[in-house]
Amino acid sequence: MSHEMNSLAPELLTGQQRMILVDWLTQLADDEFIIGHRDSEWLGLCPTVEEDVAFSSIAQDEVGHAVFYYELIQELEGVSADDLAFQRLAHERKNSLLVERENGDWAYTIVRHYLYDLWDQIRLDAMVESRYVPLAHGAKKMKREEYYHLIHFQHWFARLTKCGGEARERMKNAMELVEQDLDDLLDMGLYETDLFSWGILTKSSEEMRSEFYSRYEELWRDMSDLSERKLIFSKQISKGRMGQHSPALASVLENMTEVIRFDPNAQW
Amino acid sequence: MTQTHNGKQKKERFHQILDEVKDPEIPVISIVEMGMVHQITVEDRTIWVEVMPTFLGCPALEMIRSSIRERLLQEPDMDEVFVEFIRDPLWSSERISPIGKEKLAGFGLATPAMDGLDQVECPYCQSSGTSLVNLFGSTACRSIYYCRSCKEPFEAMKPI
Repeated sequence: MSHEMNSLAPELLTGQQRMILVDWLTQLADDEFIIGHRDSEWLGLCPTVEEDVAFSSIAQDEVGHAVFYYELIQELEGVSADDLAFQRLAHERKNSLLVERENGDWAYTIVRHYLYDLWDQIRLDAMVESRYVPLAHGAKKMKREEYYHLIHFQHWFARLTKCGGEARERMKNAMELVEQDLDDLLDMGLYETDLFSWGILTKSSEEMRSEFYSRYEELWRDMSDLSERKLIFSKQISKGRMGQHSPALASVLENMTEVIRFDPNAQW
Repeated sequence: MTQTHNGKQKKERFHQILDEVKDPEIPVISIVEMGMVHQITVEDRTIWVEVMPTFLGCPALEMIRSSIRERLLQEPDMDEVFVEFIRDPLWSSERISPIGKEKLAGFGLATPAMDGLDQVECPYCQSSGTSLVNLFGSTACRSIYYCRSCKEPFEAMKPI
């Protein structure tokens, strides 16, 4: 089957399709933008100099992906990518609560990013054959870059859980903290069924989530003496995807919009 | 027919000129040798250059755009230059030309094969006794290695 044959051309989208696509792109863009910013906050503070280097690169990749998604929205809505990134209020943001949380300790940082990247990979897999061709092209590119992030976090995750002692204890705490935000991360907003039925995604949200949970359970199993975990998605009232955020997002936004508030015409 | 011939010659000339535009992060290699130039279209005094970005978040992209513009606008028969970063086809490290790879090696940068993260040859002494120090390096597209034979650290392009 060739998706090129019946692709959704930007100029032929109905108003409804456009709205749903923009909602989805906003979730993706905001997730990548905020986690990228959190990554950048580690600069100079990482446990090793190698990690300073790694986190700077990873931050740069994630923000680059956010720019890609913001530019797709720009093409559809005519609002500039910079304005989308810097001029929206907290309640207009659709990132998950997980990515806005403060960095916490190294264990939380690693667990959060690893689980986020596992989910991101599932999302990208569902987009590489998207009927919205510009999205499919970007997803292919991002998958190749994210491959390196996944290897990196996989290594850290394995090292910290296998070494025992304080590290393992902290990893366990981190897992429990991150787990509280997983439903919010895996929520795909009001229109998730339409994303699949219109071929913007080639997998249903249920399929994507069950794929994630089976990987998650594997992780718990690998950590042998950590108890078994069986997660079931409970779609409560969606928070992050609906613009309901924690105070942590406000402080991120305050920090990242400092320049533009000082000088709206600043060039960077 | 003469016109088509002239058009082709013109295109080739501009392609050669683009070979003078260097990658701002690796000044020994041109964007053509990096395999980043997909195609150029010339119409009268206007040129469109389609460039494949190496990494989506590469901060050098805007610099590359302005270097291309500046260089091509120096030509007397050129008035307008449009540079577009495209996502199809995708850039891959396999697009780096053989000359490009040689120049990168001279710069201390290895270019491993797609599945060759673990078998990277030292660009200084050609030893294969090397080890990966950090998947991430000084730019998004590089990793850091160490050569156990000549005891030199070096970088490698991430195979993507």
